[in-house]
Amino acid sequence: MAKAKIALYWCASCGGCEEAIVDLAEKILDVVDKADIVFWPVALDFKKSDVENYPDKYIDVCFINGAIRFSEHEEMAKLLRRKSKMVIAFGSCSHLGGIPGLANLWNKETIFRYVYHEAPTVVNKEGIEPQEKVKEDGMELELPSFWNTVRALDQVIEVDYYIPGCAPTPKIIEDAINAIFTGQLPEKGSVLASQQALCAECPLNETKPEKITLTEIKRVHQIILDHEKCYLTQGVLCLGPVTRGGCDSLCIKGGMPCTGCFGPLDQTIDQGARAASFITSIIEYEDEELIEKVVNDIVDPIGWFYRYSLPKSILKRRNMEVKKK
Amino acid sequence: MEEVRIGIYICHCGKNIAGVINPKRIVEHLSRLPNVVVAKEYLYMCSSPGQSLIEEDIKEYNLNRIIVAACSPRMHEPTFQSALIRAGLNPYLLEMVNIREHATWVHERDPAETEQKVIGLIRAAVHRAINLYPLEVERLPVVKSVLVVGGGIAGIRASLDLAKAGYKVYLVEKNQSIGGKMAQLDKTFPTLDCSQCILTPMMVDVSNNPNIILQTYSVVEEINGRPGEFEVKVRQKARYVDWDACTGCGTCVEKCPARVPSEFDEGLGTRKAIYFDFPQAIPRRPVIDPDHCLYLIKGVCRVCEKFCPTGAIKFEDEDQFLTLKVGAIVVATGYQLYDMRKMYEYGYGKYRNVITGMQLERLSSANGPTSGRITTIEIERGKIKPGKEPETVAIILCAGSRDENHIKYCCRIGCMAGLKHAYYIAHALPNSKIIICYTDIRAFGKGFEEFYQRIRSLPNVFMVRGRPMEIFENKDGSLILDVFDSNTNRRLTINADLVVLETALVPPQGFEEFRKILKISCDPGGFGLELHPKLKPVETTVDGIYLAGFIQGPKDIPDTVAHAGAAAAAASAFLAKGYIESIPYLAHVDEDICSGCGVCVSVCPYDAITIEVTDGRRLAKVNSVKCKGCGACAAACPSGAMQQHYFTDKQILSEVSALAEGVVA
Repeated sequence: MAKAKIALYWCASCGGCEEAIVDLAEKILDVVDKADIVFWPVALDFKKSDVENYPDKYIDVCFINGAIRFSEHEEMAKLLRRKSKMVIAFGSCSHLGGIPGLANLWNKETIFRYVYHEAPTVVNKEGIEPQEKVKEDGMELELPSFWNTVRALDQVIEVDYYIPGCAPTPKIIEDAINAIFTGQLPEKGSVLASQQALCAECPLNETKPEKITLTEIKRVHQIILDHEKCYLTQGVLCLGPVTRGGCDSLCIKGGMPCTGCFGPLDQTIDQGARAASFITSIIEYEDEELIEKVVNDIVDPIGWFYRYSLPKSILKRRNMEVKKK
Repeated sequence: MEEVRIGIYICHCGKNIAGVINPKRIVEHLSRLPNVVVAKEYLYMCSSPGQSLIEEDIKEYNLNRIIVAACSPRMHEPTFQSALIRAGLNPYLLEMVNIREHATWVHERDPAETEQKVIGLIRAAVHRAINLYPLEVERLPVVKSVLVVGGGIAGIRASLDLAKAGYKVYLVEKNQSIGGKMAQLDKTFPTLDCSQCILTPMMVDVSNNPNIILQTYSVVEEINGRPGEFEVKVRQKARYVDWDACTGCGTCVEKCPARVPSEFDEGLGTRKAIYFDFPQAIPRRPVIDPDHCLYLIKGVCRVCEKFCPTGAIKFEDEDQFLTLKVGAIVVATGYQLYDMRKMYEYGYGKYRNVITGMQLERLSSANGPTSGRITTIEIERGKIKPGKEPETVAIILCAGSRDENHIKYCCRIGCMAGLKHAYYIAHALPNSKIIICYTDIRAFGKGFEEFYQRIRSLPNVFMVRGRPMEIFENKDGSLILDVFDSNTNRRLTINADLVVLETALVPPQGFEEFRKILKISCDPGGFGLELHPKLKPVETTVDGIYLAGFIQGPKDIPDTVAHAGAAAAAASAFLAKGYIESIPYLAHVDEDICSGCGVCVSVCPYDAITIEVTDGRRLAKVNSVKCKGCGACAAACPSGAMQQHYFTDKQILSEVSALAEGVVA
C-alpha cells in the first residue's frame, strides 16, 4: 500500500502543538514509517508553492494547529483544505480559538494602540505601527492583515476531526493517529478524546464529599493544595467537571487544577457559560454577603471560564460599540 | 423518525387578546414556520368547541404537536392536555404560549409591537415543540398514615380530623402532655370562653381515639423516604417512668421533694422534679426531669420509687428511637414568646412586676400559681410569691412586634389578648385602673371590633396611643412608664403596680433545624413557607408535608383550627387514592456522559440525587420520587449529562435560538 501523505501546519500558535508532535519522540518514526510528510514548515523545508503545486486532495491527512488571526492563516487553511482529503484541527487554538481567542475582548485598533503605543515597555516615539504594505529601498513589502476577531479553524474551513488540548497529550495524539491509520474513526466532526468529563478519570474524584459547597475561592498561589483531595472542594477553580476528559489528568497529577483545555463535551454549546453556571451553583447561598464575596473571589471570570473557548462560545467576542446613553 | 406535524391555535380570550392584536393576521404569518400544518384562531379556545377544534384537527391532519397561544399554562395547561389525551396524543406534546399575561395585558398601548412579540413567542414555541417528546407518569403506592408534629390545638384538630377520615395518626409532642399554648390560657378572646373547658375534651378525644397513637415527650430526629412513604425517626426522651406500669395516680409527684420553676406556669409557680406538665395533662403519665431529680443529680432520694404503688419508676431509662412509616406529615409546632429580655428598656427579667401576657394568663387561671388571683409579684429569699392586688396595671401592646429592632411583623393576636387581659383585671379588680398603651388596635376578626368597643368603654380602662419609651422601677417594685401619647400630643408619666407586655411571637425553638429536616422553606420571620400565599396556604414545597396553625404564620385560635382542618384535609386528599402520580418532568442522567463529579448532588434541594459506584464508575442517580423537577441539577451539570424532561437543553436552546433569530448554534 502506498504511504499516506500527511501535512502539518501552524496558524496563530505558540509552537506548543509542534512541540507535542516532537514529544512523540521515537514514536514519530512509526508515523514516518506509515506516512510521508509532504508539508511541515516548522521542521522541514517546504514552501507554500509546493502545496500550491500539489493536485487537489493530494494530502491524505492535514493537521492544523493555531487559531485564525491573520489573513495568511485563513489563506493557508483554505489552501490546505482544498489539497487535503481530511483536515484535523489540532490543539485548543484550532479547536476552540484557544488563548489567542481571548483577544476577542478587544479589536485590532485597541490591541495595536496598546501593543505599539501604551504598553509600559514600548519605546516608539515615531508612533510606528505595522503596515500591510510598505516601500523600503524601492522594494514593496507585504504583511498579512490583522483581523478584529480571532476564529477557530472550523469557523473558516470545514474540519473533519478535532484533537483537543493545550497542547494535545502524547497519548491523545497517538490514539488519534492509530485511529486514522486503522480507519477506526468515529462519526465525522467528532472530538478524538473521551466522551466524559475529566472527573470520570480524575484520581481525586472519589475524595469528593457528598455535597460540595464553596465558601471561598482561591487561586493556586493563595493556598497550599492538598494533593490527596479534590481541588474544587478546597475552593480552587478546577474546570474538570466541565471539560472533556482523555488527558489522563496530567495537570491534576502535576498538582494543578484543570483549566479546561480539552473544551466542552458534545452536549455543551458554551463551555464558559456551563462553567460559570456550575461554579455559581455550588456557592454557599444562605448568606447574601458571602455569595458576593465568593463571586468577587473569581478574579478575571472570562479568563477562567473561557480561557480556551471564547471564539467558539455563543457570544464569540465582545461588542466594541459603545452604546451612548 | 416520525415527521413533526404542528397545529397552532390562537385564542382571542374574548377581548383580552383580540382586543389588542389581530389573531387572523398572526395566523397568516404562522404557516411560514417549519413543520406547521395548520394554524387557526378562535374566540375561546378553552371552551368546549375550542377544545373540540383541537381534537378534530389532531385526527384530520394527523397532528403530533399542539401549540396553544392563549393564557398562562398555570390556568389552562391541564385543560388542553386533556384535549390531547382525548384525541389519543401524549399530553406532553402540548406547548402553551402565554400571549395574554406576557403580551396583550402588558403592552396594550402598542398593538403593532405586541403583534411582533406574539409572533416571536410563537416562533420560539414552534422550535421548542419540534424537540418535544412523549412523557409518562408513574403510579406510586402510599402509606395510609400521617405524622402530626406538635400537640397544641392545631395538632390536636388535625389529628382528630385525620383519625376520623380513617387514617392512622402518630401525634408527636415534645412536652410531657399535649395541649400546647392554649392549655395555658385562662380565657379566649373575643367570646371569653374558658380555654381549658373547650380544649381538654378534645385532648381526651385524642387519647381515646384508637386511630391516634400519642407519642409525647418525643422529638422528630430524621425524615427519609419520599412523599407517600416517609420514614421518620423519632427520639422518645428518657422518661424514667415505665408508662405501661404507671397508673397516673400522682403519688410520686406529691411526694417528690424537689421544686422546680414550672414551665407551664411561666416560672411564676413551681412543679416537682417528677411531674405532669399540668394537672389535666394527657397522657396522665409523669416524667422525671433529669436536671433536677435529686437521685439523678446527687444519687440520693428515690422517694418516688419508694411510694410508687406499681413499681413504675425506672431510673435506668434511656432515650429510645422509633421508626414510623407515614404517607404524609402535618407540621403543627406552634410558636414561642419572643425573649422580652432583649428589650431591656422595658426591664423584663430585671423588674419583677414587668410580666408577659402569658404570665398574666397563668395568674388569672384557676389552676395557676395564685389560683386565679391577679397580684403583683414579690420575691422573698429568691423565691417568687404573690404580692398585693395591683391598683394600676399598664398593658403594652406590640412589645417587640412591628419593631425594626426586634420583630418586624404583627403578632396578630396581641391587640385582642391585651383587651382580654384588661378585661381579666377589670373583672377581678373592679377598683383598679387599667392603661392600655397601643400602637394601632387591629380588630379585624369576627366579633373583634365589638369586643374592642366593649372593653374600651369600661370606666376603668384608659387607652394611650403610644409605645412606652422606657420603664423605671421604684424601690417598692412599682413602675414608672415614660410614654408619648400621640392622641393628645403629650408626654405622659404613668405609675403602675404591674406592667403586662403583649409580647412578639416567634417560631418555636429548634424550628430552624426541624425545617431543614423537613426540607421546607421559611418566610423572613422564620415561619414555614406555604406553597402559595393565597391558594395553597397549607401545602409546602414538599409534597405530602403540610403546615397547620401558627407555624405557617401568626394566627389566633379560630384561624389556627381552620388552618389545621385544612391541613388535615389536604393530607387526607393526598393519600386518599392510595397512590400518587409522579411528575413526568424529572431530571435524568445520561450515564454514558456522566463523570460522577457530584455537582448535581450538591445543588439538589431535595436530596434526590446520589452518587453510586457502578462497575467502578461513579455515576449520578436520580431518585424519581424525591425529584421535584426543579431543574437545579440540569442547570448546574457541567457536562450536560443531566437533563430535565420537558426542559432539556435542546428544547430550551432551540426556543432561545428562535427568539434570538438563530444567534445561538
